[in-house]
Amino acid sequence: MSSILIIVFLPLLAAIVAGLGNKKLGLVPAKIVTTGALFVSCALSWPIFLSFLNGSAEAAVVPVLHWVKSGNLDFAWALRVDTLTAVMLVVITSVSALVHLYSWGYMSEEPDQPRFFAYLSLFTFAMLMLVTADNLVQMFFGWEGVGLASYLLIGFWFRKPSANAAAMKAFVVNRVGDLGFMMGIFGVFLVFGTVSIPAILQNAPAVLNGSTIGFLGHRFDTATVLCILLFIGAMGKSAQLGLHTWLPDAMEGPTPVSALIHAATMVTAGVFMVCRLSPLFETSPTALSFVTFIGAATCFFAATVGTTQTDIKRVIAYSTCSQLGYMFFAAGVGAYGAAMFHLFTHAFFKALLFLGAGSVIHAMHHEQDMRYYGGLRKHIPLTYWAMMAGTLAITGVGIVDVGGFAGFHSKDAILEAAYAKGTELSHFAFFMGIFAALLTSFYSWRLVFLTFFGKPRWEQSEHIQHAVHDAHGHGHDDHAHDHAHDHHDHAHSDGTAGYHPHESPANMLAPLGILSVGAVAAGFVFQHAFVSEGTGEFWKGALVFNEHLIHAMHEAPHWVKWAPFVVMATGLLIAWYGYIKNTRFPAAFVDQFGFLYRFLLNKWYFDELYHFIFVRPAMALGRIFWKVGDQGIIDRFGPNGAAWVVQKGSKAAVKLQSGYLYSYALVMLVGLVGAISWVIAR
Amino acid sequence: MSGFPILSLMLLVPLVGAVAVLKAGREQARMIALVATLIDAVLGAMLWAKFDIGGAQWQFTERAALFAGFEWKLGIDGIALLLIALTVFLMPICIGASWNSIEKRAGEYYAAFLLMETLMIGVFAAQDLFLFYIMFEAGLIPMYLIIGIWGGADRIYASYKFFLYTLFGSVLMLIAMFWMANAAGTTDIPTLMQYNFPVHAQTWLWLAFFASFAVKMPMWPVHTWLPDAHVQAPTAGSVILAGVLLKMGGYGFIRFSLPMFPEASAQFAPLVWGLSMAAVVITSLIALVQHDIKKLIAYSSVAHMAIVTIGLFAFNQQGLEGSMLIMLSHGLVAGALFLAVGVIYDRLHTREIDRYGGLAINMPYYALFFLLFTMASIGLPGTSGFVGEFLSLMGVYQMSSWVALVCTTGIILGAAYMLYLYRRVVFGVQKNEDAAAMPDLDGREWAMMVPLAIVVLWMGVYPETFLAPMRKDIAALEARLAPASPKGDSDVKIAAVKPAAEGSHAEMAHEGEAH
Repeated sequence: MSSILIIVFLPLLAAIVAGLGNKKLGLVPAKIVTTGALFVSCALSWPIFLSFLNGSAEAAVVPVLHWVKSGNLDFAWALRVDTLTAVMLVVITSVSALVHLYSWGYMSEEPDQPRFFAYLSLFTFAMLMLVTADNLVQMFFGWEGVGLASYLLIGFWFRKPSANAAAMKAFVVNRVGDLGFMMGIFGVFLVFGTVSIPAILQNAPAVLNGSTIGFLGHRFDTATVLCILLFIGAMGKSAQLGLHTWLPDAMEGPTPVSALIHAATMVTAGVFMVCRLSPLFETSPTALSFVTFIGAATCFFAATVGTTQTDIKRVIAYSTCSQLGYMFFAAGVGAYGAAMFHLFTHAFFKALLFLGAGSVIHAMHHEQDMRYYGGLRKHIPLTYWAMMAGTLAITGVGIVDVGGFAGFHSKDAILEAAYAKGTELSHFAFFMGIFAALLTSFYSWRLVFLTFFGKPRWEQSEHIQHAVHDAHGHGHDDHAHDHAHDHHDHAHSDGTAGYHPHESPANMLAPLGILSVGAVAAGFVFQHAFVSEGTGEFWKGALVFNEHLIHAMHEAPHWVKWAPFVVMATGLLIAWYGYIKNTRFPAAFVDQFGFLYRFLLNKWYFDELYHFIFVRPAMALGRIFWKVGDQGIIDRFGPNGAAWVVQKGSKAAVKLQSGYLYSYALVMLVGLVGAISWVIAR
Repeated sequence: MSGFPILSLMLLVPLVGAVAVLKAGREQARMIALVATLIDAVLGAMLWAKFDIGGAQWQFTERAALFAGFEWKLGIDGIALLLIALTVFLMPICIGASWNSIEKRAGEYYAAFLLMETLMIGVFAAQDLFLFYIMFEAGLIPMYLIIGIWGGADRIYASYKFFLYTLFGSVLMLIAMFWMANAAGTTDIPTLMQYNFPVHAQTWLWLAFFASFAVKMPMWPVHTWLPDAHVQAPTAGSVILAGVLLKMGGYGFIRFSLPMFPEASAQFAPLVWGLSMAAVVITSLIALVQHDIKKLIAYSSVAHMAIVTIGLFAFNQQGLEGSMLIMLSHGLVAGALFLAVGVIYDRLHTREIDRYGGLAINMPYYALFFLLFTMASIGLPGTSGFVGEFLSLMGVYQMSSWVALVCTTGIILGAAYMLYLYRRVVFGVQKNEDAAAMPDLDGREWAMMVPLAIVVLWMGVYPETFLAPMRKDIAALEARLAPASPKGDSDVKIAAVKPAAEGSHAEMAHEGEAH
């Protein structure tokens, strides 16, 4: 298990070398160091995962360094490896390694590449620290570390005001969640006298049963308070309803970043946290209901917004938000295994979708608006097939009792669990999930149809116009001259504006290929391990595994098992009708339901609301406290008032120069010495 | 311990240096000052190395009778050791920061700094009530001078405000000291720390000391001298003001108010919490709308110091140790941030945020250091800022979830104003040509930044180095406070006590509540 030290710290080392070496080190060495480190970590992670899969490994903790001891609070840096960690290890290192490789191609025109790769590796280190944490504080370290890396990567193009704003927003909104997380840790320490995760989980049922705690002047069930506080942290990191506003804006970052951080790994940290602490959450049905509700609401909300967005990355971002909602309500109904399973499969197919979108953006000269895509199937066929694999996986294409793409297995497991749980709330979650699945299918196919099918609509795109214009402006140079004659011969009535998209280079296509395999196969290969009867042995107590629920899932009625398939097909059909068969239909729909469309397009007006109730009042209050409070009241009646009195009283004292201070100090000292002498020698 | 008077020597070295530089020329003066502060830094390192952790509470004690019953009485415990170490660590960096920027009356400038070092070490090492008082008040005189003579355009107003505030507080404290010396019949601080003053008298004594320490801290609403003082002070003045002088208030609480008046401290704890909660929210919001870099950091200092005071008045080990760590961390981080401001101020001679922008392009290494210190100020785990803040807030949560909640909002607001600052200064496009032409850090600036960066990370990753020396002293203080400590509002009730599964953890939690 000591290989875990290398897995975790090699990316840190690489980040330091590439980051500090920066341009002195050179572009290629910086890329080799970081990418190499990640492939080593990845190669070392899979054996650990496989050994848990075949049951030969036991959970272990590798101590690193003592951290803090203060009174009875005592925690250390340590790396914990159990089944849950092993799952996260392969997800993180695999996706990260592929994203590093992909970035060789995607970022090749960027002069600041060492900085980019250093950030990516730093992120991976922090994420690994998060998932190997043996105590809550180290988890918080990783939690904040990934937040920092995310901040830096969203704002990587720091010249862009929108990127800076998005980076800052991501950090600050996450901090709102962190407030809950920190308060949760404080509460846990107060109740358990420790922050060690195994100790908390072991004692949770006995200590929390029937226990009450005073919080903000009222008395509550202890477990509920602790779990909800911790879950608020998870809501921030995993962009759940209310604290989700940062995630769509985070798309300002380079696309590989979106794939790694804002799809596959960081945003799933909240799900990981709930699963890791599942024995604690199990002690509070109220908190679990809260988790279920938030998850279901998010999965519905984000899916509705996803249907109207036109930026290809934002569609996928809302899709991510929605899929995270599925994971949370799975955890909420007690199907932690299903939540982790969906996390696992989602990591592959969502990273694939993002990287595929990156490949499209790369081909389309940084144009991200799907309204200006169209007909790309023939120009970038490999990207097209990769995106198809991702779409088939996310929409959950598959045949009941036979098998299907990755999302089919994991999403259906979640929906069945929600149904099988049998409470009112879980049925609410089930129907929300079914409806969201319909929308998922619709917006995913809408994305594919708008991008790859139909006729090219490129000529309206400013990016494409720039590209074509530049090609002309530079004369018939290397890239342009092959096709230059086309430009003049045709009036571009084909909507291409004379632009010719190129398929991405091999270092971008290879990750797409590997992830496609994951999107196709990860479901049926690993289903048995994650969510089948008797697989409590796989988890070995790393999370709460409810055999009864698994059993009930298998006995779910046929309509429950077929419902996801039906809605998936329905969504596909609607998308096909609206974007291939009758392309005037969406516009007609918007005319008819303008209010609904604007409501969804503007993301339910969350940003406007928050700006109005938080950002503007904060600034206004700051100015009031400063100008009125500090200057108008405190200074006016304090030091300035005193100065005024002194001035009136004695014109001589106006001379406020250093000499004055000297003499004043001297008088003070003499008086002091005299007085003290009197006291002591009395 | 050897009988060698190392503390007196540490006081003497800068004092001799101060006399030597008074009439020296600029180049000579700065070299003498640097050597003197470096010698003191080495002596400080020796002090730490020889300090027997877990040994006697008071070490390196010296005493010599002076005139009229005065005694020259020095000695340190772990708490004082750490603050002395902070002082001697920051001083050479301050000299470095002044290296090129101070041109007029350089000899006197360095003399003021060296004198201040003597007095600051004296504050932390004094074991006699009046010796402490003299050091405590006199230490501010060089600071008035530094602001008043080498400060910016509004320096007179700033130094006057500084003076007026601190004068008000110290008069009351002096009267209280007379009363205490009379009542207890001694001026020996260690003896006074064990002396039980009558509860009704404690109330008045506590208030008198509070008047002084609250101003020095500074606590809301007596904080308005700080932004002006910082804005007007030269870079090194800001560094030492934020780095060490602000710690005197906290040190005062931990050395006097808490151990000498435990009952009054408990009685007034809600007052301190209330002012601290107000400070965190109000000054953070004010920091959000500042246009002047130094003013922004000054307001953030007030917010950070509020976390110190809630930690101190949490009456438990986490809170107290957390407060000490924040003081050390803030000393380094705020010092470093002012230094970072100084770096660009030296180049462009403005503190106006809007005059910068896009510095990541022409000053990448500067951007990196600035980022590190910004993150430390925000309290990112792994940096020094986190450990103290975390412990302090954790400590106060055990007393009051309301206080903890309100003060923890500081992590949101802190992130907002610091990142907003960073975004405007370092990110964005290079909209000002002169800012775009500024060169990256030079060798001297590297030499100042690197030690600070190392210690900031060290304290974040392995704070045991800094926790160990004070652990016993804090535990003793906690024990002293325990009988008076107010009851927490959480009051966890564990219903079903099953002996088999219960184990020691629940037991411990239970007891944790009881006190």
